[in-house]
Formats: sequence, structure tokens, C-alpha cells
Amino acid sequence: MLPELYTILSKTVIAPRVTRFDVYVPEIARKRRAGQFVIIRVWEGGERIPLTIADADPQAGTITLISQSVGKTTRLLAEKQIGEKLQDVVGPLGTATHIEKWGTVVCIGGGIGAAPLHPIAQAVKGAGNYLITILGARTRELIILEKEIRAISDEIIITTDDGSYGDKGLVTESLQKLIDSGRTLDKIITIGPAIMMKMVAETTRPFQIPTLASLNSIMVDGTGMCGGCRVTVAGQVKFVCVDGPEFDAHQVEWSEMMLRLNTFKEYECRLSANGKEGRE
Amino acid sequence: MNAKERLAIPPQHMAEQDPAVRIHNQNEVPMGFRPEQAIQEANRCLQCKKAACVVNCPVGIDIPAFLALVAQGDFRAALSKIKEKNMLPAICGRVCPQEEQCQLQCSVAKILKSREAAVSVGKLERFVADWERSTGVMDLPKLPPKTGKRAAVVGSGPAGLTVAGDLIRLGHEVTVFEALHKPGGVLTYGIPEFRLPKEIVDYEVRYLEKLGVEFKYNYVIGKIKSVDELLQEYDAVFIGTGAGLPNFMNIPGENLIGVFSANEFLTRANLMRSYDFPAVDTPIIRADRVATVGGGNVAMDSARTALRLGAGRSIVVYRRSRQEMPARVEEVEHAEQEGVEFHFLVNPKRILSDADGRVTGIELIRMELGEPDASGRRRPIPLPGSEFILEVDVVIIAIGNSPNPLIPRETPDIQTNKWGGIIADAAGGRTSKKGVFAGGDIVLGAATVILAMGEGRRAAKAMHDYMTNGVW
Ligand SMILES: Cc1cc2nc3c(=O)[nH]c(=O)nc-3n(C[C@H](O)[C@H](O)[C@H](O)COP(=O)(O)OP(=O)(O)OC[C@H]3O[C@@H](n4cnc5c(N)ncnc54)[C@H](O)[C@@H]3O)c2cc1C
Ligand SMILES: Cc1cc2nc3c(=O)[nH]c(=O)nc-3n(C[C@H](O)[C@H](O)[C@H](O)COP(=O)(O)OP(=O)(O)OC[C@H]3O[C@@H](n4cnc5c(N)ncnc54)[C@H](O)[C@@H]3O)c2cc1C
Ligand code: SF4
Ligand code: SF4
Ligand code: FES
Repeated sequence: MLPELYTILSKTVIAPRVTRFDVYVPEIARKRRAGQFVIIRVWEGGERIPLTIADADPQAGTITLISQSVGKTTRLLAEKQIGEKLQDVVGPLGTATHIEKWGTVVCIGGGIGAAPLHPIAQAVKGAGNYLITILGARTRELIILEKEIRAISDEIIITTDDGSYGDKGLVTESLQKLIDSGRTLDKIITIGPAIMMKMVAETTRPFQIPTLASLNSIMVDGTGMCGGCRVTVAGQVKFVCVDGPEFDAHQVEWSEMMLRLNTFKEYECRLSANGKEGRE
Repeated sequence: MNAKERLAIPPQHMAEQDPAVRIHNQNEVPMGFRPEQAIQEANRCLQCKKAACVVNCPVGIDIPAFLALVAQGDFRAALSKIKEKNMLPAICGRVCPQEEQCQLQCSVAKILKSREAAVSVGKLERFVADWERSTGVMDLPKLPPKTGKRAAVVGSGPAGLTVAGDLIRLGHEVTVFEALHKPGGVLTYGIPEFRLPKEIVDYEVRYLEKLGVEFKYNYVIGKIKSVDELLQEYDAVFIGTGAGLPNFMNIPGENLIGVFSANEFLTRANLMRSYDFPAVDTPIIRADRVATVGGGNVAMDSARTALRLGAGRSIVVYRRSRQEMPARVEEVEHAEQEGVEFHFLVNPKRILSDADGRVTGIELIRMELGEPDASGRRRPIPLPGSEFILEVDVVIIAIGNSPNPLIPRETPDIQTNKWGGIIADAAGGRTSKKGVFAGGDIVLGAATVILAMGEGRRAAKAMHDYMTNGVW
């Protein structure tokens, strides 16, 4: 018998506070393309939160979600067990990444950003590009998907803030070294914390290397109806959920985007306060 | 009873929740007629031969006939009479702009020379629908044999629900695809609980489910399935995706923390029930001073919702004067009773913030009214040098919505007009794509519930013809 829609078919903790789920939604599994995401709810009174489709298995009818517990919803999600169902899964949302054969492409993932980066890196490689990936995290155990990403990369660079694994330092330092080495880099794709993506943009700007960033604004509906996810790109207001999530990193107004992520901070703290783990 | 006796019956007033109490709850404001009141009110109808009320109702309900049945106390028959034309009376009875439609030219109002004296058609429509719900017995119509034809309906707002109801009663199979996790469209995510209890929308959806309509939620057509894919599985497709694209003003500061589109503010409050936060998880900013920009129903709903979320001051800023406000009179009155303040003839120039990007105020410029514009309303003109600052913590932009671009964008062979609305023929909602029909706000731009239903009704008929006889 087929599982019910939205059933969790497997679950693995892949790093501290980072959990990987395979969820049964066959139509999304068939339809999704790299760069797209879903919006889920965990329970009846739950918030709608976006998560990237990290991978999919059309045969099994599952999509892979990798979630880092940062607040109430992601924490409740982490508590869900195999066989249980999510309340809602809607997708695939967002515009798929436009992939072509550019030449040498550097994919940069910070922390949990490696999860959404993975399908894009796969597609980049699949289109015949030379793929260099840079994975960064605070510390060794927070580097995720290294095995999967290493397998598709022509070169891989790992960085940790504390030097516990790979190069000590930030992803932007490794990126700067690559640029300084004089190699031609045709495209940069970056996903991670907003501050990291902003720094990547600043690193590549002087060299005018085309740079794409996948934005993680706060969302509600994901269909272009509420405008809560809006950002300014090249002086124009864009809705991340339908126009994005990827935009030209050199044109994004990062300070505005980062401020807007704080919109509900005081309320989220209240939710987390009675939870087991607080917000990071 | 003769006409004179009927005219002597005083208009019946519906009891309302006390403003001081209701701003602390989400319960409905008007509490409904008692049965004897309803009968009295229905007796005020003169049973006109050429009834203006019927002409002015966009779906042409046989109003004198249903009022006569109410007057006899036969509420069940009255409801069936309404349902011949209108599937969602509990909803229309609450949200129709009746004073501009069925009640506008009521003979009673004319004779008594008072607009307020019109027979309360809307309130009576609401009464009979509520009466049925309170009995707990749902009258289901007998369905004809199945035709074997299948229709897909995209969007579960009033347009989509009407199409679904009409087609299932003609024997077709119907599946409704809805992007959100709940049905109802604006009825659910936009119009607040205190104006339209969600239990009513749920009831109407349950009714359709009982008739056999299948609902699929979390289903964004254009993403998970294209319209072309739907056409492979279904004999006809109806698009009723609404006008869900919020307009902004494009002024400095519009993306600061604390500036919301009315859609976001209301969706958080209604669909996500953030008035119950933290019992539910979706937050909303509970600000002390809230400014709402706009003068329509959406603005009234936002300003009144802000009060219920604890705002000390909720201020509507509107660039024209009170006369030009498109909101229903009743909504404006309710807002005023509740303490919503109105600033007329002012327009925002920019929104101000503190160092953390949080809204601290809104700069307004005074306006005066010039010549009438295309809409026939006098055009507001700014008065240079009249700028001043209103200190607020939240700004809600309620200046209108445009047609939802998702389906047109993903389906280039469906033609749209310059506002992004789908072009469909008025008689039956046929689009430029064979087999695809459209209606409601996606065609009309932000309009009304009853117009969306009217469009749905005509489209359903055209879809029936198309599916059974191939007529396009
Ligand atoms: C298109 C998109 C794809 C995403 N993909 C993933 C993914 O694959 N894996 C993953 O772990 N996370 C992903 N995110 C981020 C994820 O949606 C948030 O972590 C989640 O909404 C937090 O919810 P919460 O209730 O657990 O935390 P909250 O209590 O709501 O917030 C905790 C902290 O997270 C921040 N936050 C809130 N909402 C978001 C948001 N939408 N994006 C970023 N930060 C937010 C808040 O500012 C706060 O500091 C994605 C976001 C977007 C927009
Ligand atoms: C706050 C507010 C207050 C209002 N007050 C009144 C009032 O008092 N009286 C009145 O008559 N009118 C009022 N209106 C207007 C009225 O609600 C609308 O005219 C009416 O709801 C339009 O109906 P619809 O069926 O065309 O679309 P909607 O009600 O907008 O429903 C469209 C549905 O389609 C879904 N959808 C969109 N895209 C997709 C997709 N790609 N795939 C699947 N589903 C999709 C949406 O999620 C939504 O559920 C108000 C509107 C608002 C916003
Ligand atoms: S549907 Fe609206 S306009 Fe028609 S009778 Fe009812 S309230 Fe009046
Ligand atoms: S116009 Fe007024 S009085 Fe005449 S039939 Fe209609 S509701 Fe009755
Ligand atoms: S999430 Fe509502 S418009 Fe993007």
C-alpha cells in the first residue's frame, strides 16, 4: 500500500541540530527542479516555513528536506518521527535555477546552505561545467553533505571558522585566493547566511564575476500574494517566492534584506523560550 | 396586510456587539435577527411587480418571492428560493455591498424617502442561511446521473466554489485545486473572522464535499501541474485564482520592518490565526500605533484587525475625502464606532525608521480635490509644503490588489489585458485557450464576492455546454 501524502519515510540527524528527511509527495518529487523549494507546516496551528528541496527520488515519490533547528517550527520538525505526517507540503515553489554551460563555476555553501546548494551543484556539473565547491561552517561537525558534494565536484575546498577541519577562516578568504590565483571563474553561486552571501558578493564585485545568491527571506504563502518576502534588486521590488529565490548578488540590497529577517525576532524568541532549545 | 400597514412597520435593527467589547475579540459584530424580527422585516416588503431589487442583484435572486416565504415563516423554502440563484447566501448576506445593489432602489426606501428604510434584503438572506446552519440539517439536492465528464477548478474563492457547485449539480465530476492549505480564497485569508466567521466558509465547503466535489489543497497550478497537464486529465478547466498581487506605493521606506501589505497583515491574522499567538506559531507585530493607507474594505478590515491586535491608535489615511471612500458605509461606521481614526486628503510620501530599520512614522502630504478623473472621482492633488509626520509603529498598505500573475506567467497562450487580468468573454468566461475558462477577480481585477460568483455561474454554464456538446 502506498504511504499517505506527506508521510516521513526516513529521517537522519546529519549534524548537530541538522536533520534530513525524506517525505512522500510523489508529484513534487517528479516535478521539482534544482533551486526550487517547498513550504511546510508541521501541525495545525503551525507556521508556514520554506525549505529547499535538497534532492528527490521520483521512483520512491520522495523529496529530501534538510532542516536546521533554529526556532520553534524547525525544532518541532526535528521531533517528527518516521511514519508520522507533516501537516502540509506545498511546492515546488520558486523559479528553478537557470543553468547553462558557463565554464568554471564556483558553488559556495555556508552551513545549512550546503543543502540547497547540492541540487544546484549537481545541475551545474550535469551541464558540463568545471565545478569547484567551497563548503564553510563554524566547526567540523557542522559541515554537511560533504560526501555527496565531493562526489560531484572537480575540486572541493572546506573551511571552518575554528580551523577544526579544512582551511581555517571564512569561505570568502578561500574564494579570494581562487580569484588571486588568476584562474578564470565564470560564475559564482552562493547559498548560506545572508551576511556570508553579502560578503561573497563584495568579494566578486571588483572582478565583475557574475554571482548568484539564493535568498532566504521570511515567507507566508509562497505564491506572490502577501509580499512579505520582498527584496530590492537593482532598485526594483521583487518577491523572492516567485521571482526568486535566486538573484544577481551584486544587485541585491543586502542591508534591507538582512534587516527584514529580524521582523519578528522578539516574537520568535518568545516561542523559543518555552521550547527545549533556544534560538541560536 | 396592505401597503400602508407594511410601510408602518419600523425597520428592524440587528443587535451588535458593543464596540468596547468587540475590539477585544474576534467574534462577529452584528449578531443576527431573531426569527420574529426576520418575519417583521420581511413583511415590510411591498412585493413590487417590477422589482428594482431583483434587477440590482448581480445574480438576480427572486427577492420578493424569498421575502414572502420568510414572512410566512417558511425559512427552509425561502432558502431554496435564494439558492436557485445564489449558492453562498450566508456569505453574500454578510459581505455584499447591498446598499449599492439590491437595496439601492428599494421601493420602501423611495416612498419613505430614506436610504436606511430599504428592506434589509442582505440581512434576511443571512438570517435564513444561518437558520439552516443552526438546525444542523443540510438539505442536499438530488444529483442527476453522472455525465462522465470531469472539470478542474483552480482556486477555491467564491468564483471557484460557485463553478464547483454548479457543475457537480449538473452531474459532472469536479476537482478543486487550491494553493493554500485552506479553501475560500479571500473569504478565508482576507476578510476577518469578525466580519465573516470562518465556520461559515467551512460549512459551504463541507456542503460541496457532500455533493462529491473533491478538494486538493497545497496545489499550486502552474507549478506542480500546468494548465496543459490539467487539460489532458480534465474536459474543461476553470481559472479563478483571484487578484492576490498586492500593490505597493513605491515610496521610500516601504520595505522597512513594520510595513505590511494588507494581504500579509490579514493573511497572518486570519488564515494563520496569529491573533492567537503564541498558542499558534505565526507571529504578527502587535503595535501601539498603526497607520493603514487606503479607503476600501481592505483598509477597513486592516485597521479594525489592528485594533483587535491591541493597537492603542489605528489610523486610516486616505488621499481623497470621505465621500470618495470605496468602502461599504457599514464597514466605515463600524470602524468609527470602534475608534478607528480617519485622516482624509493626505497621501504618504515616505516612511521613516530608527537605526534598526523599524518604522517610527510616516510622512504625509495634504491633498486637495481637483477635476474628476477616469473613475469619475475627483482627483487628489498634493499641496506643496504641507508635509507633516504621523508617528506610528506599523504601516499597512491597502491600496489595492492586481490579478495574480502566476498562471498567466506559466501559461503564455492565455491572453491577458494590460493590468494582467485574464481576458475572458463576459457571456461564459471563455479565454483565448480552448477548454479553459476564467472568472472572478483574475478577470475583473479586485471586485466583489457576488460579481465573482456571477462570473462563476456563467462560466459553469458555458463549461457544461462545452463538455456536453463541444460548444466553444
Ligand atoms: C527559499 C528558502 C529556502 C530555505 N531552505 C532551507 C533549508 O533547506 N534548510 C533550512 O534549514 N532552512 C531553510 N530556509 C530557512 C528556513 O525557512 C528558516 O530557518 C525557518 O523558517 C525558521 O523557522 P523557525 O520557526 O524554526 O524559526 P523562527 O523562530 O521563525 O526564526 C528563528 C531565526 O531564523 C530566522 N528566520 C526566520 N524565518 C526565516 C527564513 N525564512 N529564512 C531564514 N531565516 C529565517 C529568524 O530571523 C530568526 O533569527 C530557507 C528559507 C527560504 C526562504
Ligand atoms: C480584505 C478584503 C476584504 C474584502 N471585502 C469584501 C466585501 O466586504 N464584499 C465583497 O463583495 N467583496 C470584498 N472583497 C473582494 C472579494 O473578496 C473578492 O472580489 C473575491 O473574493 C474574488 O473571488 P475569486 O474567487 O475571484 O478569488 P479569490 O477569493 O481571490 O480566490 C482565489 C483563490 O485562488 C487561489 N489560487 C491563486 N493562484 C492559484 C494557483 N496558481 N493554483 C491554485 N490556486 C490558486 C488562491 O489561493 C485563492 O484561494 C474583499 C477583498 C479583500 C482582500
Ligand atoms: S446576493 Fe447580494 S445583491 Fe443579491 S440579494 Fe443577496 S445581498 Fe443583495
Ligand atoms: S424593491 Fe424593496 S419593496 Fe420592492 S420587492 Fe424589492 S425588497 Fe420588496
Ligand atoms: S511569500 Fe508571500 S509573496 Fe512571497
